[in-house]
Amino acid sequence: MGLLSKKDAKLIKDPLLDDNPITIQVLGICSALAITAQLKPSIVMAVSVIFVLGIGNVVISLMRNIIPSKIRIIVQLIVVATLVIIVDQVLKAFAYSLSKELSVFIGLIITNCIIMGRFEAFALGNGPWRSFLDGIGNALGYGVILIIVGFFRELLGSGTLFGIKVLGDSVEKTGLYAIGYENNGFMVLPPMALIVVGIIIWVQRSKNKALIEEN
Amino acid sequence: MLEHIELFFKSIFVDNMVFAYFLGMCSYLAVSKKVSTAVGLGAAVIFVLTVTVPLNWFLDQYILQPGALAWIDGNRDTPELSVYADYDLSFLSFILFIATIATMVQLVEIIVEKFSPSLYNSLGIFLPLIAVNCAILGGSLFMQSREIETAGLALNYGFSSGIGWFLAIVAIAAIREKIRYSNVPAPLRGLGITFIITGLMAIGFMSFGGMLTGSGDSATPSVEEPTEKLEEQQTTIEKEVEATQTVVVSELKK
Repeated sequence: MGLLSKKDAKLIKDPLLDDNPITIQVLGICSALAITAQLKPSIVMAVSVIFVLGIGNVVISLMRNIIPSKIRIIVQLIVVATLVIIVDQVLKAFAYSLSKELSVFIGLIITNCIIMGRFEAFALGNGPWRSFLDGIGNALGYGVILIIVGFFRELLGSGTLFGIKVLGDSVEKTGLYAIGYENNGFMVLPPMALIVVGIIIWVQRSKNKALIEEN
Repeated sequence: MLEHIELFFKSIFVDNMVFAYFLGMCSYLAVSKKVSTAVGLGAAVIFVLTVTVPLNWFLDQYILQPGALAWIDGNRDTPELSVYADYDLSFLSFILFIATIATMVQLVEIIVEKFSPSLYNSLGIFLPLIAVNCAILGGSLFMQSREIETAGLALNYGFSSGIGWFLAIVAIAAIREKIRYSNVPAPLRGLGITFIITGLMAIGFMSFGGMLTGSGDSATPSVEEPTEKLEEQQTTIEKEVEATQTVVVSELKK
């Protein structure tokens, strides 16, 4: 990355793996799991969070010296709510069916802990450019997990990706289905999202022993 | 009355905030290490949900919905006559709901501190956290998208969703207290196993899904039911016939 200094690049790289918001910091799980039954809503959600967190971090960082600390939570909520309304209206205008599918979960970006967490932990103490990078980095780390979960749940649950039948037709028994493969309908149901994330955490922590928790 | 009971059990078991919609997962995972703190946070969530959902219901009915402003010029019952009939402020619902919630949480904190210091000490740390708990905003947003009809039902919905959340966090806290003594694979310790246990609990809660189908029209009748239903239908038909006969007779007499 020629554009960014080493320190800045770290801001983007760290949250992707070793300081991932979902698997390590345990933030933002609230709205993350319910929409990952398919890949497309997962990606839309990830992009929305990147937009909200990137811009929100810059706005809060610019205002950090004039916000009285007593009412900062309310100020932060108003900033996020405004950005989320923009995302919601854009989705309603250009992708109505998708916005119906995501239902209340776009609105729940407001209370997504990643956003408040980054505002509190980073944007209130750093300049706009670094806050922007931090916001993008954390939102990307969130998005990566969302997309991994969405990929496996859609592939194993309904045998499709983005709605395209990649494993063959389950009704006409073509492709993999010809040799007796069946979809695992359970993957589409909500509990499996939790178990898939649990497995991701398992894999990540067995690769990086430093992350293992004391009981 | 029946719809209240139905909504009550549905919100606790079938549409459980944690197990069906993953709302409030952050505090659910962070504050579930001990049963006593979990009970404190759970009680605070019940309290705040019971207050904010009905409040936001009034906001939704009288300000946000399309045509909801009609009460201003006295056309509440006939909104199409009002000058404000075309006003649709629903795009503002996020910001109004979250402002109500943040204010209510502050207010509740002040009131509880003033009147019940012991309760304040046990809830104290959790109350400000609750403003950013997704379960609270989620409750209001679901109330809006499911078009709950009366203020009483909204109150019921807030209260019973809170109880569902309370049950979930107390259950996981109890399990986590016990699991400390078992030999969990090292990479799964802490967060990982909590996710998987929550997943398993959610599978358990899915079995409540069939609980309420009995009263709905979409219910699939079991093997024994049809004969009973047929008899019921016959008796109702007979009654209807009798009723119409009496009506006809009485009309003829006139």
